[in-house]
Amino acid sequence: MAVTKTEPINGSTTKSSAPPLPSMPLKSDLLSILSLKSLRLKTKQQELLIRVSILCLVYVLAFITRLFSVLRYESMIHEFDPYFNYRTTLFLTQKGFYEFWNWFDSESWYPLGRIIGGTLYPGLMVTAAMMYWGLRFLRFAVHIREVCVLTAPFFASNTTLVAYFFGKEIWDTGAGLVAAVLIAICPGYISRSVAGSYDNEGVAIFALLLTFYLFVKAVNTGSLAWGLASAFGYFYMVSAWGGYVFIINLIPLYVLALLITGRYSMRLYVAYNCMYVLGMLLAMQIRFVGFQHVQSGEHMAAMGVFFLMQVFYFLDWVKHLLNDKKLFEAFLRITVTCAVGVGAIALGVGTASGYISPWSGRFYSLLDPTYAKDHIPIIASVSEHQPTAWSSFMFDFHILLFLFPAGLYFCFKRLSDATIFIVMYGLTSMYFAGVMVRLILVATPAVCLISAIAVSATIKNLTMLLRTKSKVSQTGSTKGTGGGKTSSKAMLDQSQPFQRNGAIALLFGAFYLLSRYAIHCTWVTSEAYSSPSIVLAARGAHGNRVIFDDYREAYYWLRQNTPPDAKVMSWWDYGYQITAMGNRTVIVDNNTWNNTHIATVGRAMSSYEDEAYEIMRSLDVDYVLVVFGGVTGYSSDDINKFLWMVRIGGGVFPVIKEPDYLVNGEYRVDKGAAPKMLNCLM
Amino acid sequence: MLSPVLHRHCHLFLVTGRSEDSRGLGSFQDMARSISMEAAGLTLAFLILTFLTTSAASSTNQIQILNAERRIDLSSHIVKVFLTLKVENVMTAPASEIVLAFPPAQADHLALVKAQAAIGKKKKKSYVHLDVNPTELPDAPNGTKYFSISLLNPLSSGETATLEVLYILTHSLKPFPAEISQSESQLVYFRDSALILSPYHVKQQTTFLKTPSTKVESFTRVEPTKFAGRELKYGPYEDRPPYSFSPVTVHLENNSPFAVVEELLREVEISHWGNIQITEHYKLVHAGARHKGVFSRVEYQSRPSFSGTSSFKHLLASLPPRVHSVYYRDDIGNISSSHLRSDYRKSELEIEPRYPLFGGWKATFVIGYGLPLEDFLFESPDGKRYLNFSFGCPLAETVVDKLTIKVVLPEGSKDPSAAAPFPVEQRLETKYSYLDVVGRTVMVLEKKNVVPEHITPFQVYYTFKPIFMLAEPLMLASVFFLFFVACLAYLHNDLSIRK
Repeated sequence: MAVTKTEPINGSTTKSSAPPLPSMPLKSDLLSILSLKSLRLKTKQQELLIRVSILCLVYVLAFITRLFSVLRYESMIHEFDPYFNYRTTLFLTQKGFYEFWNWFDSESWYPLGRIIGGTLYPGLMVTAAMMYWGLRFLRFAVHIREVCVLTAPFFASNTTLVAYFFGKEIWDTGAGLVAAVLIAICPGYISRSVAGSYDNEGVAIFALLLTFYLFVKAVNTGSLAWGLASAFGYFYMVSAWGGYVFIINLIPLYVLALLITGRYSMRLYVAYNCMYVLGMLLAMQIRFVGFQHVQSGEHMAAMGVFFLMQVFYFLDWVKHLLNDKKLFEAFLRITVTCAVGVGAIALGVGTASGYISPWSGRFYSLLDPTYAKDHIPIIASVSEHQPTAWSSFMFDFHILLFLFPAGLYFCFKRLSDATIFIVMYGLTSMYFAGVMVRLILVATPAVCLISAIAVSATIKNLTMLLRTKSKVSQTGSTKGTGGGKTSSKAMLDQSQPFQRNGAIALLFGAFYLLSRYAIHCTWVTSEAYSSPSIVLAARGAHGNRVIFDDYREAYYWLRQNTPPDAKVMSWWDYGYQITAMGNRTVIVDNNTWNNTHIATVGRAMSSYEDEAYEIMRSLDVDYVLVVFGGVTGYSSDDINKFLWMVRIGGGVFPVIKEPDYLVNGEYRVDKGAAPKMLNCLM
Repeated sequence: MLSPVLHRHCHLFLVTGRSEDSRGLGSFQDMARSISMEAAGLTLAFLILTFLTTSAASSTNQIQILNAERRIDLSSHIVKVFLTLKVENVMTAPASEIVLAFPPAQADHLALVKAQAAIGKKKKKSYVHLDVNPTELPDAPNGTKYFSISLLNPLSSGETATLEVLYILTHSLKPFPAEISQSESQLVYFRDSALILSPYHVKQQTTFLKTPSTKVESFTRVEPTKFAGRELKYGPYEDRPPYSFSPVTVHLENNSPFAVVEELLREVEISHWGNIQITEHYKLVHAGARHKGVFSRVEYQSRPSFSGTSSFKHLLASLPPRVHSVYYRDDIGNISSSHLRSDYRKSELEIEPRYPLFGGWKATFVIGYGLPLEDFLFESPDGKRYLNFSFGCPLAETVVDKLTIKVVLPEGSKDPSAAAPFPVEQRLETKYSYLDVVGRTVMVLEKKNVVPEHITPFQVYYTFKPIFMLAEPLMLASVFFLFFVACLAYLHNDLSIRK
């Protein structure tokens, strides 16, 4: 760790170091007494003990800070998608893996149905089911719901451990510890991993960070074992979340950057090839991904870089064989031209013949934020797909937003393969976070790690200033700082008088900031991110808590009092919840795979009642579920979503025109609303 | 339109009628037809049937009922009948039992028969509980079911005795019309006989019907019949031969909650660490007239006295005192609408299902709570331990069609046996709970057709060695111990290869 001492450390003056002098013998006395009593731990062991206990505390902290939702409300599944995941997990635990894999679900997307096994990422469900079976085997009589509710906090705890190791890998143990603490309570991550938020992201962030960590480790060591481990991490990520595309594009980008900056090495070659080839083969085992991994446009970058690596290696070999520089340059020119030419032709032919599928709409909308609004209203209609506002960055990152650039500065100061990776991860994910609100989640680990580097490096430098005096008096108890001591000693003479006090002030400032961060995170977690959004709570007139449980009331009524084969039509938001809680067949649900079907429902909702009746008869609908929040002032009701129904319906059926529902370009629902609006089904 | 029970009623009469001689057959068909006519709304049919007893057994001739008074309480959906009989032994041989007769349709819905005898003079009157057992008589006409009451002291010749009988009928009020809308109130049919069905000669008898409100649409007249206030009086009738029967139908308003628990599973888990955990799984249904048309929440909330009068919103469960950690939830989560009031005598839990229950609507939910062990677990003189817990459903005024009680004994307990004041089905199961190795013995008790009067204590006896209590903590402790030993070993040994 002597490298850190390259910072100009202006040690304190002899005058100002007077106050801590008397305290030092006392402290060392205390230490010696402690060490005498406590089994005579060696320094290394002491450090290990402190580190392990900090990690344990962080592990527990990360878990319990996510339990606000259970305390405030109850142990329940939140929001929309988690209900689908819960339902499939239930199916998996009841029927077994093969039934799950071959599950054709006739309860959703009536009358089309949905092949669940082939259209979902099974990682989350399998993980929860494994934990459930494991606990059952150990005779812990837990309910599958409890397992599902606590899956996300549990994986968040694991993420803190990964963050620690990652931080250790790219900087030092101090940065690792800080990173673990920061990520444990970072609101950007908590928003998707509170207890009950049983969603793919919960385990995916863990898998994402683990894959990155293992890959960086593989690059640093050049070991096949780490490469293999990162391939398995990647496999887990692919099985858990569609966000794996980010990995399979970021890693090639990183490799490309290393190649361009001339940091190509055998370690990189081993790590990337092992990870890519094995990871690809493993990823193709997931049915939802399958051959997309070698055919779709999103995965082409990885393949291109893979071939480029081979070319590089080949060139290296040729260079080694040919000692003539001129000959090699000529050869290089020819090979590169050929390789690029062949690659371009292959890509062109593949795309033209349809063998390589073009980029999907979601991918486009990431690269071009305005794309979705113009072309795919169904993606644009989801609130979490909106571009991020500055306030939500501030809300989710708080001081990390300022520490991030500082961390980048430190990273650039000490460039290595690992820091280049974290810089690239940070910058790209920050861009994506700006494009879509939900991708703040992906940026969170990078922001935490980079900020941790900033915090750790700053505090380390500052404490170094304070401790220089004591280090002189002590006989080199801390081994790691041995190199830096001489330099700091030399600088003692040149230091300015107020350096030391300044350092103390800065240190206090840093602690103040960090404590503000902790307070902010706790507040955000308890106030903003712990609501299940199925149950709404409000304060009554007398300060008592009023609970609106109307959603579950409706779903449970459907479950108990309608025929088991009843078909329920509702806007797609409620599809998952109706199938999971109401146990009834729905027409459309949150898996928006068939735009036409959704548009049909949108059309039915926005047509005149007699036309809507015909449409609904053709869909064999028995019940219609609409949400009206006018009485209690609940804003996310169907009236509010109605314009999206019109837009999505109009996107497929030109009969539906948005201006028909507006009065002078304004959306009104009162007496003065447009006549078509007043007379439609809604 | 005809309720299924009525069908069965006619059917039974017809089938059994065929086995009689040809004279009887015609009259039975007449009666069946008349019942179906009543069902169509014609309630003026009036019929007295005298069943011919070809060979009366000596026991039935031995007793004569001097005076019988029957009070039928129709105020809720559980029909309670109080029967006071004054019996006399007219033969020389002493009689030790009195037989009650029930028509088969009633016998199917009979939840409970209790009898007690009045002893002593008027001032020092006390009641003694008598045993009631189902019995068979050799010449039962039309599938009549019998219960015999064992007297304490056999009646000698010419002696009289006064018996008080309580029997409870469930599912005996048939909603008519069978479907009502939200604004209508619920009307039901009650069918019985104006004369008490009895294998004995009855000298004098009267029947009173207590209705829940003054609103009675119609009733069959069997003179003398009188309706005043909330009471309908049939009788007095003099000198009726055995098996006299006179069907009557009363069409009345009854808006009391028809709360029926189709299935109730109560799980009582005993932990010798000081807690009894009870989990109750309910399958509740509103068994009244089915809801027709739409349900308007606005109307329901703004005019509670006119709208949905037959529906019910909340139920009251009476739990034992010192109850703790009560929860009320269902398959999809906690139900937030419940209130718990508790004092030192009892605890009351007021629960609201997620939605008000209208006719035919169902709701399932779970209530769970913990109780202190010392209130319910005792040690019997022979060294066995026994659980003394109340049978029945804690919800007030509900009928349970099928009640299952599972008593989960602690791991390692042996020789379980159960004692209940009425016949129940018993069997044993094994359950695995937290950290179990061999599993826990579960005593399963099952009973059909349970009414609130069944809330009486039952006992489950078993033997248990306290040493088994330590098994699980020791297991956990050893796991943690091994873990820490492993940590210590790691800390004190440098495992790295590099030196």
